[in-house]
Amino acid sequence: MAHAAHPAGGQPGTTGDSVTNPTPTGGPPDRGPQAHPKTVLEAAEINRALTRIAHEIIERTRGAEQVVLLGIPTRGVPLAGRLADRISQVEGRAVPHGSLDITMYRDDLRLRPARRLGPTQVPAEGIDGQTVVLVDDVLYSGRTARAALDALNDLGRPLAVQLAVLVDRGHRELPIRADYVGKNLPTSQQEVVRVLLTETDGEDAVLLEPVGAAAPSRRGGVTGRRR
Amino acid sequence: MNRHLISAGDLSKQDALLILDTAEELAQVADRPIKKLPTLRGRTVVNLFFEDSTRTRISFEAAAKRLSADVINFAVKGSSVAKGESLKDTALTLEAMGADAVVVRHSASGAPQRLAGWLRGSVINAGDGAHEHPTQALLDAFTIRRRFGRGNGEALDGLRVTIVGDVLHSRVARSNIWLLHELGAEVALVAPPTLLPVAIDGWPCSVGYDLEAALPKTDVVMMLRIQQERMNAAYFPSVREYSRRYGLDTARLRQLPEEAIVMHPGPMNRGVEIAAEVADSHRSTIVEQVANGVSVRMAVLYLLLGGLEAAQ
Repeated sequence: MAHAAHPAGGQPGTTGDSVTNPTPTGGPPDRGPQAHPKTVLEAAEINRALTRIAHEIIERTRGAEQVVLLGIPTRGVPLAGRLADRISQVEGRAVPHGSLDITMYRDDLRLRPARRLGPTQVPAEGIDGQTVVLVDDVLYSGRTARAALDALNDLGRPLAVQLAVLVDRGHRELPIRADYVGKNLPTSQQEVVRVLLTETDGEDAVLLEPVGAAAPSRRGGVTGRRR
Repeated sequence: MNRHLISAGDLSKQDALLILDTAEELAQVADRPIKKLPTLRGRTVVNLFFEDSTRTRISFEAAAKRLSADVINFAVKGSSVAKGESLKDTALTLEAMGADAVVVRHSASGAPQRLAGWLRGSVINAGDGAHEHPTQALLDAFTIRRRFGRGNGEALDGLRVTIVGDVLHSRVARSNIWLLHELGAEVALVAPPTLLPVAIDGWPCSVGYDLEAALPKTDVVMMLRIQQERMNAAYFPSVREYSRRYGLDTARLRQLPEEAIVMHPGPMNRGVEIAAEVADSHRSTIVEQVANGVSVRMAVLYLLLGGLEAAQ
C-alpha cells in the first residue's frame, strides 16, 4: 500500500466517507460479515450527474471562462478531470484542472498517526482572480471543505470558491454547503458511503453500506476502505 | 516509523521512501507565495547544538518554521552547559519546557540515543560524533532521486555511488552507506587506507583506494570534507598530496559518465577535496542539496510530530 495511490484526502472522521484508509492502524481491510452494500448510483447515473454538474458550472460561471477545477485527493482528482473534459467539450476550449491536498490543513491530524500526503498540482495559470471549483466525492461533516478553503488561502486569492460533490450525505458539522451536488443521499451516521471510480477502483459506482457491526462510532471507526 | 530518528540504519526501505515522497510534496511549498503550512502549530522544536553548525541548524530551523512550529535555539556558548551542566540535566530542562522534538548535534557518538531515553518528545539526530547524520543521508538520497528523474515511490536501484575521502571521521558517510544500500544503490568507498575504519568489512559497500579507476563506473560521486578539526594524528603526508590523489579536479570530472553528478555535504574545502571549478559546475548538486535539506527535514518533522502524540 506504500505508494499505490495518494489516499490522503477525506479520511474517516471528516468526510467519513468513501475513501481509503492509509494507515495500518485503520482497521481490517475486509468488509464486515454483516455488511450488505446497496448500490445507490450506477455508472450511467454517475455519468449523467457529472454531465449535469458540468452544465451547471458553465451556466453559473457564464461560460466557465475563468474557472479552475481542483480535485481533493483521492477521488476528487479524477472527478475534477472528468468535469473539465465535459466542460471543454461543450465550450470548445481546455479548462484548467488540478489537485489540492488538504492533509496539512486537517483539524484532526493529532487524532491519528501522521498521514501520507496527496499530490497538490495547481495549473500554471494559478488561482488568483479565478473562480475555483473544489471537487470532492462525498460531502459529509464539511471539515474537508473547511481545510480546503484554508489551503487555498495559502495558494492565492481566487475571485470566488465553489464546491462540487458527487454525493451529499448530510450531517454537516460546519456552516458549509455545496454549490453543485450530483445526488443528495439521506444517510444515517451508522452507514458508510463508498464512491468507486474507474480511475482508482476499476469501476464506477456509489455504494451505501452499514458500518461493520463492531465499529459504529463515527470518529475513528472503520468507515472507509480500499479494495 | 519510529518515534525518534537516531540512525539511518533504523529506517526500512518503506520508511525512507515515505520520507522522500513526503519531502517531494513539501518541496512545492518553497515555490509558493506563502511558504508556510499550519501543521505543527503549537508544537515546540528545540535545536540543541553542542557543536558548530551553520547549514544543518538553519535548515532545521527553516523547516520547523515552515510548518509553523515554535523554534528554540539552544547554543552551548552562553548556556548553562558552559557552566558544566550535564547532558541529562539539560534534557530535563528541555522536557520541563515542553519540547515536542529535540534536534541534537553532539561531538559524542551516541548522545542522541542517551537523550532519547530521558525525553518524552522525539529526538532527531543532527550529527553525533563520527556515528551518524541521518537527515543528511536522506537529503542526499532525495537529491540523487530527483537528479536521475525518479519519481514518487521509486528507489535508487542500480545507481552506483562512490563516496570519496575521510570515511573514518565521517558520520555523513556512515548514514549514507546504510540508507543508500537500503534504497538499492551500490555503494563504493574510495579513501586512503588510514582514513577507513577498521571494521569496514561488515558494511554493505565495496572498498577501493584508486579514485581514477572508480570514476568511470560511477553515477554519483560524493566528496567528503577533510575534517581538520578531528585530525589529531597524521593520516596523510600533506594536504597537497591528499588533494593530488583523492581530490576531484576538472581532469577527473571528465572521466565520469555523461550523466554523473557530484555531491558534497558541505562545508567544502575548495582546492583540497574538490576543485572550485568542479564545485561550481552544472554537475555539482551542492546548492540543490541545501535547498532539498529543508524539504527533507520538513518531511521528518511532519512524520514524527504531525500525527497522534504517542504514535506507536
